[in-house]
Amino acid sequence: MLTVERLSYHYKGGPAVLDQVSFSVEDGQFMAILGNNGVGKSTMLKCFNKILRPDAGRILMDGEDLLQLPGREIAKRMAFVAQTVPSTQMTVHDIVMLGRRPYMTWGFTEEDHKIVHEAMDQLSVSHLRGRFLSQLSGGERQKVMLARALAQQPKVLLLDEPTSSLDIQNQYQVLRIVRDICRNQHITAIVVIHDLNLALRFCDRFLLLRQGRVYRCGGREILDRQALQEVYHVDAQVVAVNGQTIVLVDE
Amino acid sequence: MCLHRLPLANNGYDPAYRRNRLRSIAFLVGLGVLLIAAFLLSLGAGSYNTPVTDLVRGIFGRAADDKINLVVRNNRLPRICTAIIAGAGLGITGCVFQAILRNPLASASTLGVSQGASFGAAFAIIVLNLGAAGGLGGMAVPLCAFAGSMAVALVILGLSRFRRVSAEGIVLAGVAISSVFTGATTLMQYFADEIQLSTLVFWTFGSLENTSWGDVGKMAVVFLAATLYFLLHRWDFNALLSGEETAISLGINVKRLTMVNMLLCCFAAAVIVSYIGLINFIGLVAPHIVRLVVGNNHVYLLPGSAIAGAVLLLLGDLVARVVISPVILPIGAITSFLGGPLFLYLLFKGGKKAC
Repeated sequence: MLTVERLSYHYKGGPAVLDQVSFSVEDGQFMAILGNNGVGKSTMLKCFNKILRPDAGRILMDGEDLLQLPGREIAKRMAFVAQTVPSTQMTVHDIVMLGRRPYMTWGFTEEDHKIVHEAMDQLSVSHLRGRFLSQLSGGERQKVMLARALAQQPKVLLLDEPTSSLDIQNQYQVLRIVRDICRNQHITAIVVIHDLNLALRFCDRFLLLRQGRVYRCGGREILDRQALQEVYHVDAQVVAVNGQTIVLVDE
Repeated sequence: MCLHRLPLANNGYDPAYRRNRLRSIAFLVGLGVLLIAAFLLSLGAGSYNTPVTDLVRGIFGRAADDKINLVVRNNRLPRICTAIIAGAGLGITGCVFQAILRNPLASASTLGVSQGASFGAAFAIIVLNLGAAGGLGGMAVPLCAFAGSMAVALVILGLSRFRRVSAEGIVLAGVAISSVFTGATTLMQYFADEIQLSTLVFWTFGSLENTSWGDVGKMAVVFLAATLYFLLHRWDFNALLSGEETAISLGINVKRLTMVNMLLCCFAAAVIVSYIGLINFIGLVAPHIVRLVVGNNHVYLLPGSAIAGAVLLLLGDLVARVVISPVILPIGAITSFLGGPLFLYLLFKGGKKAC
């Protein structure tokens, strides 16, 4: 279980972005972090693995505070997929190999290569491994970055708006893959996402942020008319269509 | 680095990956062969015509004619070794500069490190008047050039560390720093007498002929130590290509990586430039040539840039020596003359691809 306790952060010279945020998420759950622009969703994600240094708080995993660990040890427990996917002249294989960097001493071992092959197979990108990342489509690149994250063998996957630049087919495909990883491998995934309907479709736990604080945290039921009004300032209703919950914004 | 460990059998089902890897290795081997060829050509070039076999024996002091032993060991070999070490050093530091600053146009010359050296040399020759007399046992000019380079390095590091200028912004700052030091050097030249002026101009031409075995040894130690450190961090440079956030999430201390490598690059470049004068474009062009073939993987890019840098400087020196022999043209002018068009090509055609 991952427990976040009283996490606070402010940018230099600015007001608090995160103010004593606390919540927990069970192993294997797929959690969506929701809230309007600038509320601190991505900031919070980056505080988890010390990309940003939080002012205060603890991130507990299996009883140890991740913020007290060196970066390399955090990287063995937590993998991060950034919002912008690079377009570089490195082969897919080499990019996925980066996931083994936290485990590397002088060079990579047979075991590292085996894990990289498995990660690529899992994301169905093995056939692309000789291609440069710059030659791939947005969806393919995102899958490669996910394979790189899996090669880290993390317990928690952090995804910062992974679907923001993808078409609808790739949005569904990428989130379906993440959901299956959570279910099958018992890996926790935390995703920052703007599309509420995509979140409702694939995630099973939700964290609503408002003004840098936790507004609500829980299952689908926390997303109701009142929450949407108070967090997003829109009049919307949450309805069930063909057994799926969707958000319909009123005119 | 660990090619023997790669499970080749597993790669069989993906010809593209296999082809890519083999191409990279073949390119490095090809560069190595080219380096050996350039070495032998360079060894044979000169007024003292001798068969290659005698010259090779001369390296070990075993040529039948003692004159050959002397010419090879005291004259040609130090020059060739200087070219190889300095070229390799400039090539690999250029590659690391480009990786840590995430800018394909970064190198010792574009960041102002070379201009700092030029300022230092001018200071020694004109203000301290130590150039022509070979002040401090002939070490005054290299020492001041080194101090000038390191002064620029410290400004760059300071901007990066304390003013939090972005990696991309550092290159722009380098343009401004270069301008300041070039201006200051010009001002000193304005007040210099003829002898001082000619001494400084000859220094800025760049030269590979004034280095002793001791100088070669010092450059080699700095080059080898820096190269070892760079190679140990080859995968960190690869991670940086995925962005700073991703690199941190992979457990890399990006700030420390940038600062230490920046310092090491500036130091290595400063040592080289202080001995051989201004040699532009090698550090800029060598990584780009290699990148066009092997891509951005620093496992191949780092050694490739070093070998390509050595080949470029050795061939440049060869051209400088033979084109209107027995007159030896200034090596700095030759590398700029040949490197300039290549730089323009990369900038306008290959630049985007090479990023």
